[in-house]
Amino acid sequence: MALSTRIGLAIVAALLAIGAAAFALVWRPAIAVIDPPNPETFAPDLVKRGRQLAAIGNCMTCHTVRGGSELAGGLPMATPFGTVFSTNITPDPQSGIGYWSEEAFQRAMRSGVDRAGQHLYPAFPYDHFARLTDDDNRALYAFLMTRQPVPSTRRDNELSFPYNQRPLIAVWKMLFLRQDGFRADPAKSAEWNRGAYLVEGLAHCGACHTPRNRLGAERSEAAFAGGEAENWQAYAINAQSSAAVPWTEEALISYLQRGWHAHHGVARGPMAQVVDSLASVDSGDIRAIATYAASLSGPRSPEQVRRGEAILAEAAKLQSAPAQTSTSTSSPPAASAAGEGAALYAAACASCHETGRSLPFAGIDLRLATGMRAPDPRNAANTILYGLPPLEGERSPIMPGFASSMTDQQVTSLLQYLRTRFSDQAAWSNVAETVAHARQAQAAFLETAAQPPNIAVNPPPRDEP
Amino acid sequence: MSTMTTIDRRGVLAGCGALIVSFSLKGAFAQEQFGAQSGTQAGAPRRPGSLATSPYLDSWIRIDADGAITVLTGKAELGQGLKTALRQIAADELDVPFDAIKLVTADTKLTANEGYTAGSHSMQDSGTAILNAAAQVRELLIQQASRRTNRAADTLRTENGAVVGPDGTRLSYGELIGSELLHVQAQPNSKLKDPASFAMIGHPVPRVDIPAKVTGGPAYVQDMRLPGMLHARVVRPPGYGARLKDCDTSAVERMPGVVKVVRSGNFLAVVAEKEFQAIKAMIELADAARWKEQARLPAQNDLAAVLTKLPSQDFTILERSDAPATAQKTIEARYTRPYQCHGSIGPSCAVALFADDAMTVWTHTQGVYPDRQAIAEMLGMPSERVRVIHVEGSGCYGHNGADDAAADAALIARALPDRPVRVQWMREQEHAWEPFGPAMVTELKGSLDANGSIADWRHEVWSNTHSMRPGSAGALLAAQYKDPPIPAPPPKPLPLPEGGGDRNAIPLYAFANAKVVHHFLAEMPLRISALRALGAYHNVFSIESFMDELATLAGADPVEFRLKHLTDERARAVIEKAAESFQWRKERKPLPGRGNGFAFARYKNLAAYCAIATEIVVNRDTGRVRPIRAVAAVDAGQIVNPNGLANQIEGGIVQSFSWTLYEGVSFDDKRVTSIDWQSYPILRFNAVPEAIDVQLIDRPGQPFLGSGEVAQGPAAACIANAIASATGKRLRDLPLTRKRVKAAMET
Amino acid sequence: MMTLKVNGSDHQVDAEPDTPLLYVLRDDLKLNAAKYGCGLGQCGACTVIVDGEAVLSCVTPMALVEGKQVTTLEGLGSADRPAPIQRAFMEEQAAQCGYCIAGMMMRAQALLQRNRTPTDRQIRDELVPNLCRCGTHMRILRAVHRAARMMDEGSAASVGRGGAR
Repeated sequence: MALSTRIGLAIVAALLAIGAAAFALVWRPAIAVIDPPNPETFAPDLVKRGRQLAAIGNCMTCHTVRGGSELAGGLPMATPFGTVFSTNITPDPQSGIGYWSEEAFQRAMRSGVDRAGQHLYPAFPYDHFARLTDDDNRALYAFLMTRQPVPSTRRDNELSFPYNQRPLIAVWKMLFLRQDGFRADPAKSAEWNRGAYLVEGLAHCGACHTPRNRLGAERSEAAFAGGEAENWQAYAINAQSSAAVPWTEEALISYLQRGWHAHHGVARGPMAQVVDSLASVDSGDIRAIATYAASLSGPRSPEQVRRGEAILAEAAKLQSAPAQTSTSTSSPPAASAAGEGAALYAAACASCHETGRSLPFAGIDLRLATGMRAPDPRNAANTILYGLPPLEGERSPIMPGFASSMTDQQVTSLLQYLRTRFSDQAAWSNVAETVAHARQAQAAFLETAAQPPNIAVNPPPRDEP
Repeated sequence: MSTMTTIDRRGVLAGCGALIVSFSLKGAFAQEQFGAQSGTQAGAPRRPGSLATSPYLDSWIRIDADGAITVLTGKAELGQGLKTALRQIAADELDVPFDAIKLVTADTKLTANEGYTAGSHSMQDSGTAILNAAAQVRELLIQQASRRTNRAADTLRTENGAVVGPDGTRLSYGELIGSELLHVQAQPNSKLKDPASFAMIGHPVPRVDIPAKVTGGPAYVQDMRLPGMLHARVVRPPGYGARLKDCDTSAVERMPGVVKVVRSGNFLAVVAEKEFQAIKAMIELADAARWKEQARLPAQNDLAAVLTKLPSQDFTILERSDAPATAQKTIEARYTRPYQCHGSIGPSCAVALFADDAMTVWTHTQGVYPDRQAIAEMLGMPSERVRVIHVEGSGCYGHNGADDAAADAALIARALPDRPVRVQWMREQEHAWEPFGPAMVTELKGSLDANGSIADWRHEVWSNTHSMRPGSAGALLAAQYKDPPIPAPPPKPLPLPEGGGDRNAIPLYAFANAKVVHHFLAEMPLRISALRALGAYHNVFSIESFMDELATLAGADPVEFRLKHLTDERARAVIEKAAESFQWRKERKPLPGRGNGFAFARYKNLAAYCAIATEIVVNRDTGRVRPIRAVAAVDAGQIVNPNGLANQIEGGIVQSFSWTLYEGVSFDDKRVTSIDWQSYPILRFNAVPEAIDVQLIDRPGQPFLGSGEVAQGPAAACIANAIASATGKRLRDLPLTRKRVKAAMET
Repeated sequence: MMTLKVNGSDHQVDAEPDTPLLYVLRDDLKLNAAKYGCGLGQCGACTVIVDGEAVLSCVTPMALVEGKQVTTLEGLGSADRPAPIQRAFMEEQAAQCGYCIAGMMMRAQALLQRNRTPTDRQIRDELVPNLCRCGTHMRILRAVHRAARMMDEGSAASVGRGGAR
């Protein structure tokens, strides 16, 4: 055989091999459709466990759109690559997962592949769900298949080339998807391990709280160092936490159950929806999550502890005899950054934020608010603009928004002042752009997010006044 | 409560229900007589409505020489449309144009003493008085015209403010009136018009107060601006019984605009020229005050146990054993209600002026005369030198902070003679210091016989009184906290048939064997008084929930089960109407996640009838309950303003839904902690039903029946019954919160 | 002294920058519609319109309204010449005690100024910040729908006549 022919054959073979490899990488078989299972065939206990797990995984929030039915999908999720719409996961046969066998469901959760063999965009966080046990997936399947089937019209994702080519996702998975399951740490308690299993897996906290790389994957070397969701900043919850007072396990439990903590602030935006979902979760699992989450920041430095105590002491000084009203008009001390920001604060904010009353009865003392010390002013801007809405039937903080009464310029001045006055951190940059962007992005969020967040707040009888 | 009741309790227990009101006439339509129970001298027929206590016609109607008509009522406009309805009545019976009537409401100098505008009595008391007084005034004018024109009275008729002769000659009322013509006592009987001829009564006349309210015209006591008026704010203690140890007021007195700091014992207030100055001064004054608190409040999460262990006076208010015991299946249940608050959107406000040794108070109190008496006693003044004038406030739904704000204003005004003083309560003060609707516990026990009918019935209710209204100065916060203090008067049970904690505890159903016991609790851990419907809210909630529980036991449809036990025709009519309008089908299973509930009550067993059917949706994951639609059928006797009535019923339903799904006062061992809308959420627009349909059954010629409070109880039971229908779970502890529903679904 | 533009007129008021607009409207300008309900931004009884947007005047200090156009219910119309929203509320008899109504109407007016054909859901969501304790919600919704129709017909009619609006 001539050399050229041999080389030619070798090249063809190599191409075939690459092609085969690529095919093997990308192609997934379709799993046969099944008749939609009769809901009665699922054991009630299994469904109940599935409900609990679905609450931890917060399926409802992403798979429901305002004005739409529960779990019927349609929520637009903005990504750096375009907009992805969530899918219908009710047991409707045509538009939902009614034809999916349990095997198909398990595959989707573990590998991000749908019943027909298509790769799913990792906006669906299967990089976390891959850690779930088969038993937990079985329970989730039971829960979903016993929901009300709702037909819906599928919305096409708005992704430009090449992101709209699903096979490319296989490459992403090859680079970033770990499928080795969860491994418990024998040196830690059962509760910690349960928490780790939930946080790293179903609760997918890192999906918001971990920064991502250019290809949209979480940067595992910077786990929990802070990320974002829908123009809200998801604060760092590791050693780089911006909290003024270090979080304790008890504080986290309280926060996750109620949606606010007097020493830190109020859950807003997507976190409010998380907390709303966690309201259905029993306290054992909440405690486990809090135990693990609290451990993420590692041991506290004496400096951190000292600072926290000092700030709490300062805030406590303001505690006066019970106020006749949750507002106050005490003037702030001479502000170092005088001018418009200071005047705005004194006029519009101090009346609720400097009363000596604590959450949820009055605005938090801003020295305690994490938003003041966070790396960027996004969350503070969102809160100033849109406030905290009243929640249906639940005791919760209500704050008016100032979008209608403050200009961007006023909000910018105010934020710069707040940063100087209430934190020990360097000034924020790009405040004006952040504020402008916040107006647009927030408005969109409020229009499409599933029904207004519903923070469950049922304080025990002994309340702070 | 109302001082009008003179019905003998024994008469009620003997089984004849009694109407407070009676009126009779010669001629067209039926009358109802209640001679034996009326409690007046034997044989003397009673004047109808409030004419019984204010018999002079010119206490109610005045006509000037220029023909101007003034109608006076001792009742107050609370937003229920009173000012319009009373004009309608007068316009029809007096034959004058609606717009020609000037109406004067509750004013101790000008109007009759009709006690409180409460208990849904306005139409029964004042409406009836004006109806009859107007008719009698018309007759007097006809007789006057007859004398003047030498024509027989029966050839004359009235029309448009004049008496008209057969030849068309007109003598206007102004021409006929003489100074003493109307200064006569009313007759027991009136020549009332045929209801078919009414042009105003029964017609949806637009409310006279709405135009100002939708265009920014002055409408409320909060809008009053008198020349030289000062603004005051009270500094209330942190909790009940706290004592003011010391307060350095010198800094506050120097603040801009501050005119005076008023301090008397534990009563502390500041007065300033401008309103915001007063608010700032109040905050500083509160900071300067040092209080010694008492930890005397009970455990909130164990309220039922606390209440049932308090010492009680026990009254058996119904005991009937008419049939041998045939009980086959027996169930019992306990229902609880927390303290609930009025939550008026506008915190209480009053204006007072002390000048020339006389005190004038403008207030939205429900009872100008009792409030006057209390304020006079508090100040040590003779009551003739105190004038209390009702000016509208925001809806009060009972005894809220209005009387206390009036007392605050009076106490402060006395320290600043010749300057009107306006006191405005803050939101947190209204929430923490208003008298609440009392927490209650009921225990019911019932048995079915072999036919699935109720063989016996037992209902026990534990409750405080439901009225600590002034009459006595000790009912007022200002009096309790000033120096020397006037202690709160000992509470008393409200007499039946109206009752307080036992209101509507006696079921309207025909049970052969029944016993109802009222455990009256004198000790009041939290400050309480009358909240719309009083004990009827919880008693009807309990009875109607329990009826459903028994219906389930009997395997019967809830509507049929109720009809089976009701002989009262008008009760049956509202039940059938509501069921039909709702399309209540006993075979129909509700959609998944949805449930239907039904409930009925006759308010106080002697006022209006109301049946309600409701559909709700329950979120299986969160436990959130939302009412989707409600249909109500109401029989309020002769309807004066159908639009106003429908408005009251819709409003009562929505308010009761809010109480039932969300509301409970919270407190720790020292203080009330539900102090604003964050900590005491109420129903908002996103949870209001999609539709509420009110079907009215008009009964022309029948007495007016009070209807302002009739929907509260049935609406509550509807929700509980609908939740049971949707989830199979029975909830008995109010409020039926999301958490409780969720917990129940998980058991 | 601060300048305030209310209902088309300029006013000089003696108020501090931190005085909530509500008290200036009521006490300095003697306007009744905006009401004190809570002073905390929780109930909406104080709602007015500032530069076209609904705003809670009890938590909006004077510093934030200088130079802006403030509109209160009085500025929309009067009993003799009611604006569509006022006529609608009167025709529907959408009030019981009426204390919350001015705030409701201003928030609804702001909505209708930017969306002439709101759905029922949109109206409900918009009015969430406003509380009504008497339970007049159903009528308020009907009144807002009615006002929307009136405003829609009104502008359609003027367009039909060839008039510019």
